[in-house]
Amino acid sequence: MRDKVTIRLFRGNANGGTETDYEVTTFPGMVVLDAIHQIQGTQDSTVACRWNCKAAKCGSCSAEINGRPRLMCKSHVEDFADSNGLIRVHPLKTFPLIKDLVTDVSINYRTAEKIPPLTVSEDIPRPFKMQQIDVERIQEFRKCIECFLCQDVCHVLRDHNRKDGYFGPRFMIKIAALSMHPLDTGNRLRQLKEEGGIGYCNITKCCEEVCPEHIHLTDNGIIPLKERVADYYYDPLKILIRKIVGPKKK
Amino acid sequence: MEKYTTYDQDVLVVGAGGSGLRAAISICQAGLSCGIVTKSLLGKAHTVMAEGGAAAALGNMGEPDNWKVHFKDTMKGGRFINNPRIVEIFAKEAPDRVRELEEYGAVFDRTPDGLISQRPFGGHTYRRLNHVGDRTGLELIRTLQDKVVSYKPTVYMEHTLTRLLMDGDRAVGAIGYNRQTGEFVVFKAKAIVFATGGWGRMYKFTSNSWESTGDGAGMAYEAGAELMDMEMVQFHPTGMLWPPGVRGILVTEAVRGDGGILKNNKGERFMFNPEYMPELYKGQYADTEEEGYRWLTDKANNRRPPELLPRDVVSRAIYKEVLAGRGSEHGGIYLDVSQMGAEFIKRRLPSMWEQFYSLGGIDITKQPMEIYPTIHYTMGGIWTEAETCSTSIKGLFAAGESAAGLHGANRLGGNSLTDILVFGKRAGDHASEFAKNADFGKIDSSQIEDEINTLLAPFTNPGKENPFKLTQELQEAMQEGAMIARTEESLTKALNTVMELQERAKSIHVEGDRVYNPGWHTARDIRFMLKTSEIICRCALERKESRGAQWRLDYTDANEEWGKINLIAQRDVDAVKLIHRPVPAMAPELAAMFEEIK
Ligand SMILES: Cc1cc2nc3c(=O)[nH]c(=O)nc-3n(C[C@H](O)[C@H](O)[C@H](O)COP(=O)(O)OP(=O)(O)OC[C@H]3O[C@@H](n4cnc5c(N)ncnc54)[C@H](O)[C@@H]3O)c2cc1C
Ligand code: SF4
Ligand code: SF4
Ligand code: FES
Repeated sequence: MRDKVTIRLFRGNANGGTETDYEVTTFPGMVVLDAIHQIQGTQDSTVACRWNCKAAKCGSCSAEINGRPRLMCKSHVEDFADSNGLIRVHPLKTFPLIKDLVTDVSINYRTAEKIPPLTVSEDIPRPFKMQQIDVERIQEFRKCIECFLCQDVCHVLRDHNRKDGYFGPRFMIKIAALSMHPLDTGNRLRQLKEEGGIGYCNITKCCEEVCPEHIHLTDNGIIPLKERVADYYYDPLKILIRKIVGPKKK
Repeated sequence: MEKYTTYDQDVLVVGAGGSGLRAAISICQAGLSCGIVTKSLLGKAHTVMAEGGAAAALGNMGEPDNWKVHFKDTMKGGRFINNPRIVEIFAKEAPDRVRELEEYGAVFDRTPDGLISQRPFGGHTYRRLNHVGDRTGLELIRTLQDKVVSYKPTVYMEHTLTRLLMDGDRAVGAIGYNRQTGEFVVFKAKAIVFATGGWGRMYKFTSNSWESTGDGAGMAYEAGAELMDMEMVQFHPTGMLWPPGVRGILVTEAVRGDGGILKNNKGERFMFNPEYMPELYKGQYADTEEEGYRWLTDKANNRRPPELLPRDVVSRAIYKEVLAGRGSEHGGIYLDVSQMGAEFIKRRLPSMWEQFYSLGGIDITKQPMEIYPTIHYTMGGIWTEAETCSTSIKGLFAAGESAAGLHGANRLGGNSLTDILVFGKRAGDHASEFAKNADFGKIDSSQIEDEINTLLAPFTNPGKENPFKLTQELQEAMQEGAMIARTEESLTKALNTVMELQERAKSIHVEGDRVYNPGWHTARDIRFMLKTSEIICRCALERKESRGAQWRLDYTDANEEWGKINLIAQRDVDAVKLIHRPVPAMAPELAAMFEEIK
C-alpha cells in the first residue's frame, strides 16, 4: 500500500467550483471518509461533507468516487487510487449543490411525505400475526438506508431531470414495501402510475448496481410493481370485473 | 446585531433520534404545533445505528417472561442506583410501545407462530430483544420517521442549537444556527423536549458519531439543570479493533447472543474463569463450555454462557486478559462465531457479516474477529422526574440517552431502544400538557446577543488554536485517564488536561464563512465536550468505589454507602457543584417482589 494518496476533491457551491488536490497520509483500512476527515483536521477545516455512522449504516456520506456514486465510509482508499495514487471525489450530481460534497437532497423528503403510511384495518386481530416467509421480501426493501445513491444514478432523474414526473427508485421500493405488506389495505397502484411515474422506469437496473444494501430494486421491487399496475389498469377482464363488483384491494 | 430568524412552536423537540420522534408523535396527536430540530438529516440520528434489538417482555418465546423479571434484570444491571420508579414504568410500558411500532409499520423478525421474534442478550434472564436481523435501529427510526411525517410537523434538518433561552427560571426557547446557510435561528416554545442523545465523542475509540458531543447535557447544565450519574460511561466489550480504519466501530452483542464465543490467545474461553464471575450473578450462568453450547439449542434446561454477563463485567475481563499478556495480535481478544455456520450467520447477522467483510476484510463465517472495548453509551444525563420526564428546569423535559435514571451504573443491551420509546412518549405527552397551560414567555434580547457573539468569536479571535486538534487532544486524554480502569491519578491527570484545554479553547480560530463550515461547528461543539468531560472526571473522582461502569483500581469494591447515592452535578457560577442525593427508595411492593423472584 502506498504511504500517501492524492484526493482530487471538488470544492465549490451552487455558483460553481473547481477540483483541488490534497495529499493525505494513509493507514491500514483507511476509507475515503477518513481521508476527507484528515483534510478537514490538518489542511482545510472548511471542507464540507456529511457523515454519521462511519459503518455504512446511516446513508449520510454519499459522494461520487471516481465518477461512481458510493458511500465514502465503505470505500477503501487503496481500492480507488489509480496508478498515480489519485482519487477523484465529487458530490452527487443529481441534486443541487450546497457546498463541496454536501448537496440539497430535500426533494427526497418531500417525496416521502406524499406516500401514505401503512393502513391496517381495525378488524385485524392484535397482536399481528405474520409469517417470516411473508415478511421477508419487504424486509429486503426496508433495509434501505436512504443514501439516495440510486436516486443519483437513475437516468430519469439525473440526465432527464424528471424529478417532477418520477419518484425515483428509492420510493418505488418504499411503496413496494407497503404494497407487499401482508396487512396493508391501501391501494397504492394509482399513485404508482400517476404522480409516482413508474412508467418512466425502463429497467436499466443502474439503481440496483449502486445500492450499498444490495437491494434488488428492480427485480424484486419495480418489476413486480409494474406488473401489478399493468394488471390493474390494462387487463380487460379485470377492468370489467371491477366495473361490476367495484374496485378491490391492489 | 447580526440578523436571526424566529420560529414559534407550541412544543420544540430537540433531536430526531427515536426519543425525539416518539415525543413528536405524541405532541402532534395532542393537536399542538411541533417543531423538530436535528443536527443531521432526518433518519440519520444515532438510533439508526442500533443493531441488536429493543428489550420488552412480550414473552413470545415460550419463556415465563414478564415486566417483573425485566424490572429485576434492569435494577441488577444498574447495580441498584437506578430510580426504581423509572425502571418500573419502563418495564411495564415497553411491550405496548413495541407493539405500537408494528401498527406504525415496523416489520420485525417472526417466531414460527407469527409473533415478534426475541433474542437473548447480556443480563436479560429470558429472550427479550425484539429485533430485525441486526438492523433494529434502522427499522425503528424509519418507522417513527414515517409516522411523524404523516402528521406534518415542521422539521428543521441540519440545525444546531447551542443555548437555551430563559424567562427567569423557565426555559422558553433556544438559539442556534442553520448548518446549511449559517443563519442564526431562534425558537420560541411553550415547552421544550431534549432528546439530544449521548456523548461518546470525547473518547478516541468510539462507536458514536460526530453528533454525540453532549450538547443537550451541556446546554441544560449551562442553564442550571441538574445532571446525574455522569461518571457512568459504558464501554461496550466488543468494538472492532483492526485495521485502524475501523477501530471502535461496534460489534453487536447479538453475535454473542447467537453463539459467538470470546477467546484469548491461548484459545481459552476466559469468561469461564470463576475469577470474573461477580457475586451478584453466581450460579446463574453455565459453569462448563458444554452447558454453554447446549444452551444454544435448549434454553429451558441449561444456563446461558458467561459471555452474556452484563457489559461492564465482560469489558473488565477483556481488559484483564490483555493486561495479563493473553491478548490477540493487535492487543484485543478474539470473538468467534464461525462455528455457527455460514448460512446461520448471514441470516441472523447480515450487517455484521457485511461490516467485517467490506470494512475489515474479514469473513466472520470463517475467521474470528479481533475486538476490544469501545465507548458506547452514557448512562448519566439530565435528571428527570419519573412520571413526566420533566427536568429541574421548568418547561424543559428530557428523554432517551440524554436523560438519566433508568440505567443506573450500567445499561443492559436492548434497554435503550425501548427507553427512547417509553420515555419519548411520556416526554411528548407531558410537554404537551404543560404547553397547553402555558404562554410563550419573554426572552430578553441580551441572551440572544450574547450567544451570537459567542458563536461568531472564533472568526475574529486573534488566537491560533485549531478546534479539530483540541478535540483530538481531549479524546486522547479521556481515553487514557477516564476509560474502563480508573484511578485517582489517572482521573486527575485527565481532568487537568481538560481544564487546560478549556483555557485553550478560548483562543480557537476558524477560517471561512458560515456556510456548512465544519471547523466553525466544531468550535462550539468542543465547549460542550470539554464541560461534559470535566463533569465526568469530577464525578468519577468523587465516587470512591467500583460499581457498574465505574471501575476504580484504587477502590476495587462496591461500597454500601455509595450504593445509596446518586451524584448530581450542577453549575455554580463557573464551578461544578457536586451533590450527594439519596437513590429513591423502592416502593414496598417492588421491594417485596424483588425478594420473591430473586
Ligand atoms: C452502534 C450502536 C449500536 C447500538 N445498538 C443498540 C441496541 O441494539 N439496542 C439498544 O437498546 N440500544 C442500542 N444502542 C444505543 C441506542 O441506539 C441509543 O442509545 C439510542 O438510539 C439513543 O436515542 P436518542 O433518541 O436518545 O438519541 P439519538 O438517536 O442519539 O438522537 C439524538 C438527536 O439529537 C440531535 N441533537 C443533538 N444535539 C443537538 C443540538 N445541539 N441541536 C439540535 N439537535 C441536536 C441529533 O441531531 C439527533 O437527531 C446502540 C448504539 C450504537 C452507537
Ligand atoms: S431501473 Fe428504473 S429506477 Fe432503476 S435506474 Fe433504471 S430507470 Fe431508474
Ligand atoms: S435503495 Fe439502496 S441505493 Fe437506494 S437509497 Fe436505499 S440503500 Fe441507498
Ligand atoms: S457515514 Fe453512515 S453510511 Fe457512511
